[in-house]
Amino acid sequence: MTEYNYAYLDEQTKRMIRRAILKGIAIPGYQVPFASREMPMPYGWGTGGVQVSAAVLTPDDTFKVIDQGADDTTNAVSIRKFFERTAQVRVTEATADATVIQTRHRIPEQDLAEGQILVYQVPIPEPLRFLEPRETETRKMHSLEDYGLMHVKLYEDIAQHGHIATSYAYPVKVEGRYVMDPSPIPKFDNPKLNMAAIQLFGAGREQRIYAVPPYTDVVSLDFDDHPFEPTKADHACDLCGSETSYLDEVIIDDAGGRMFVCSDTDFCRCRRAAGHVGRLGTALPEAAE
Amino acid sequence: MYVAVKGGEQAIENAHAWLAEERRGDPAVPELSVEQIREQMALAINRVMAEGSLYDRDLAALAIKQARGDLIEAIFLVRAYRTTLPRFGYSSPVETEAMAVDRRVSATFKDAPGGQVLGPTFDYTHRLLDFKLAADGLVPDAPVATPRAEPTPHITDFLNRDGLIQPETATDETPPDLTRDPLELPADRSLRLQSLTRGDEGFVLGMAYSTQRGYGRNHAFVGELRIGTVAVEMEIPELGFSVEIGEVQVTECETVNQFKGSGREPPQFTRGYGLVFGMTERKAISMALVDRALRAKEMGEENTGAPAQDEEFVLYHCDNIQATGFLEHIKLPHYVDFQSELELVRKLRAEAMAAGRETAE
Repeated sequence: MTEYNYAYLDEQTKRMIRRAILKGIAIPGYQVPFASREMPMPYGWGTGGVQVSAAVLTPDDTFKVIDQGADDTTNAVSIRKFFERTAQVRVTEATADATVIQTRHRIPEQDLAEGQILVYQVPIPEPLRFLEPRETETRKMHSLEDYGLMHVKLYEDIAQHGHIATSYAYPVKVEGRYVMDPSPIPKFDNPKLNMAAIQLFGAGREQRIYAVPPYTDVVSLDFDDHPFEPTKADHACDLCGSETSYLDEVIIDDAGGRMFVCSDTDFCRCRRAAGHVGRLGTALPEAAE
Repeated sequence: MYVAVKGGEQAIENAHAWLAEERRGDPAVPELSVEQIREQMALAINRVMAEGSLYDRDLAALAIKQARGDLIEAIFLVRAYRTTLPRFGYSSPVETEAMAVDRRVSATFKDAPGGQVLGPTFDYTHRLLDFKLAADGLVPDAPVATPRAEPTPHITDFLNRDGLIQPETATDETPPDLTRDPLELPADRSLRLQSLTRGDEGFVLGMAYSTQRGYGRNHAFVGELRIGTVAVEMEIPELGFSVEIGEVQVTECETVNQFKGSGREPPQFTRGYGLVFGMTERKAISMALVDRALRAKEMGEENTGAPAQDEEFVLYHCDNIQATGFLEHIKLPHYVDFQSELELVRKLRAEAMAAGRETAE
């Protein structure tokens, strides 16, 4: 066999996934079990996101893939090429031009708009997993809305460290009902979960799909006297000078010298193209012209 | 000076080209053919077919060649291929009593109808490296016995006749399909068996071994182990009857386990069951032990908290394709999460050190 179906998965499977997506959208934050398939890339490498993307992509879509905010990280390249080959979609690095964006660990800096779909790759969909390893127990806790364990954990963090010691995959409550894992995005990104685009979460190995419809209320868990606080490195981007974007730290010499750069490569490129220059940056050729 | 991440695509292409070269090895050494792997690496083929859940020796051989002999990688290739195949129907259950037996041993009865048939086994070979094999692989012809024409009855049937072993109730219910529906717990036994038969040999072996050493002990005898060929039949709706569509080699193991009886039931032996594609007896025996351990609750046994008795633990962790994928994903970039952890640890350290200075003053 040399020819695969459009977007790799057969139509029956896509229909099954679309049903799970619709159910997820109807019950925001609820983890819908789905019969995840073996994909031609390993479990844990975005198979959930890939299956969701395969189920929503059409030939008219423009597709963007980011990993850690960057379009050119190896796994993002690999997934983008997979859909270029199997779904013949147009691909882009420009956030605004994409109709479907598959992401791992970041929400783009630029606000997403209605009509866009953000697909998250999720390793462990269960926000309570590291408090209770049994799926049979955590499902019960969700159905009873029993989230005491999570609040105790956050409280113990404060008692022990003075802060809530969760910096990524920070738990949120969706539309006042389900506690949800937003995937391992830095908590800096949490406020962006309230957005105009559709957010779909796919966990392939764990066989779960969940969703946040546009304009859904997503609240990061906190306490009145310890309010949620999105954090980032206390620097500006050394390439584009942005003071508001999430930054990666890069070690640049043997003496431990370091620089900070935007993790969202498209955001950084656009700013540099518009003439912004950071501490160590140079003007982009197209900006200089 | 760091500019921006670029070059991922080129790096991937180059890595793949290098991989292809490494796979081939020294070009001065003749290349292995798929047929050679199929014929001479038969037990590797069997494992790939069993854990790949696809009975096709040629595809398994190709996968092993492509995977450079990494069997889990080969199993992954087969699984990813299998999932794209259309499902046009389900076969009838195979009749292992009618198996054309290559090997059949019982540890519980010295002899029984059908006899003990050692077959092509490593048992009783002395594990001495055979340096002759390095020079030439010529083997003398093996003596041949007349194959048994009549069915070979199951050993457990003899025990069953006297009510000495707990009976298995036959059902015409369609079992759930692990590859089509998400695993949801509690799982019924047929689902557990599906999961175990494609589970990682090493994992299932380790779980089985742990029961022998006391973690959920239920002492097992190999009531019967048989390896051979069975016919696969399928009912064709247009015809209204079953036709044979092929043959598969399988390994079946039934264990006879101790059971003292509870308040409700008189003492009788209990069973564990293993059925695996190909000649895979270590796996089939392991599977039977773990199957029996997972029946602890149904048998009203005390829950000792042993891993092998814990359905959720076993079923969620026995699949090596899931396990290896998730394990190996930690080599993917995690700059973003790590950065957020760095910020947090720096902040907590700064506060802890400031507090330390204050107390010291």
